Amino acid sequence: MILNRLTIHELQNLIRAGEATSSDIVQSVFERIDEVEGRVHSYITLMKEHAFAEAARADQDIKAGKIKALTGIPIALKDIVCTKGFLTTCGSHILHNYMPPYDATVVEKLKEAGAVFTGKTNMDEFAMGSSTETSYFGITRNPWDLDRIPGGSSGGSAAAVAADECIASIGSDTGGSIRQPAALCGVVGMKPTYGRVSRFGLIAFASSLDQIGPFTKDVEDCAIMMNAIAGYDPRESTSVPLAVPDYTEFLPRGIDGWKVGIPKEYFIEGIDPDVSEAMQRVITTIEGLGAACVGISLPHTEYCLAVYYIIAPAEASSNLARYDGVKYGFRSQGSSDLLDMYKKTRSAGFGAEVKRRIMIGTYALSSGYYDAYYKKASQVRALIKRDFEDAFTRCDAILTPTSPTPAFKIGEKMDDPLQMYLSDIFTISTNLAGIPGISVPCGFTREGLPIGAQFLAGHFEEGKLIQIASAFEKQANLEKRRPNL
Amino acid sequence: MKITKDEVEYVAHLARLDFSEAEKSKFTSQLNDILMYMEKLSQADTVGVEPMSHAIALQNAFRDDIVKDSLGHDLSLSNAPEARGPFFRVPKVIE
Repeated sequence: MILNRLTIHELQNLIRAGEATSSDIVQSVFERIDEVEGRVHSYITLMKEHAFAEAARADQDIKAGKIKALTGIPIALKDIVCTKGFLTTCGSHILHNYMPPYDATVVEKLKEAGAVFTGKTNMDEFAMGSSTETSYFGITRNPWDLDRIPGGSSGGSAAAVAADECIASIGSDTGGSIRQPAALCGVVGMKPTYGRVSRFGLIAFASSLDQIGPFTKDVEDCAIMMNAIAGYDPRESTSVPLAVPDYTEFLPRGIDGWKVGIPKEYFIEGIDPDVSEAMQRVITTIEGLGAACVGISLPHTEYCLAVYYIIAPAEASSNLARYDGVKYGFRSQGSSDLLDMYKKTRSAGFGAEVKRRIMIGTYALSSGYYDAYYKKASQVRALIKRDFEDAFTRCDAILTPTSPTPAFKIGEKMDDPLQMYLSDIFTISTNLAGIPGISVPCGFTREGLPIGAQFLAGHFEEGKLIQIASAFEKQANLEKRRPNL
Repeated sequence: MKITKDEVEYVAHLARLDFSEAEKSKFTSQLNDILMYMEKLSQADTVGVEPMSHAIALQNAFRDDIVKDSLGHDLSLSNAPEARGPFFRVPKVIE
């Protein structure tokens, strides 16, 4: 038995039966990292010594019978969540040496649940990208085809799970940065409702859109991870004080009698034919489970990309104003005065895509343009949210492809920002409306690349997503393939 | 043209960024493409629609005012590129 290939729930069963220790599991994960990390590059920073020490501590707890939901389980963290005493770079030169003096809430919660951290994963700089090619620390490769991108921005977290370099991981999703790489790497990824998981200690990109969520090998693990990280946090004023259900209770419920909305705006020309075929099979599978698939319309879909690429850069230009070379991070030397130091530091510290978005955002918020761009985008955003509210009066959940294409080649879209932005076309509406979404594997292309199906539900209905994704996963009976690394 | 090179220079100054001439030309052309795409929004009818700032409308997110330990000077300054005593040190601000 190869421990690092197993799921959280399988490993928990072994731990409880005394058939594996956390130290065994961590050993197995780090052997795998030694074997494949040189080719995949999922991580920016490994926490090997810390992981073995924590595993030994978990084994003491296990011996004493104190076993929690994640006790002894190796979990990787996107390098955008603050870890006390461990570098947190956000994939950027400007934070290359940043050592947070505190843990993010999600890190505290995972620790409380018993998790053992393996390291910090690679990502697009400041989470701005769809391919993990903009990281200051080099690219991550897709474990299914090393010439292709893993998706982004949480590409390292997705690749680490797909390559069995951890058991589960944490990512963040502002416009699809969990769901798109999950689809492209053949793993499960969930973006919870805005406000469901605390953003305290998450380095901000676009504060009204950012949300933390898990990458896992199956839907049951997704429920286990959501149980650990969801909930109100008094330190985060947009986290919502609502009770959190036990998400594992939704796993066996099935979807008999459900109505699943198929939005016509998401089944359009230009989608890869293998992706289209896979989606038809998902529809057949769902209907086989007793659900009715009904045609719906989300009429403002065509505006989502434009709205997103105004609102996200506008918020980012404000959030990233804090990187000024004064309080932490990189500072350029040899400046004549303070203004010169700011400009030199920011120009040398940020990469091209981050600067491009700061420029778009600053322009959109600048005097004379605010009404035409930011205000207009915020109004259309309200219409997009209304589309979903209307749709959910007619269906329980919505099905779409997660990404219009499978993983593309490294370098293919780097010189054309608009083409790169289009890879998020099916995921960004979710963030604009604040609703939860999940991507589950639903097959492979003829070339053997993974395809993901996305389910969406109303605010705080993550349980429904677990329910439908779990029912689909069991019924679909997908071929158990693994990347050939 | 939605945006000229002069405007790119002005916005760069607002954003505290410096660009080389080659970067300025490249950014001007790329920002033009992106802003042309944004034009799409003018087709959307938004008469009487309230702009939306957050997906979940929360009001007055209060919490109890409980005094807790703060980071303190040492930890606060531990990441500073340059510090002296209890201060962050920067190049001169005024003549």
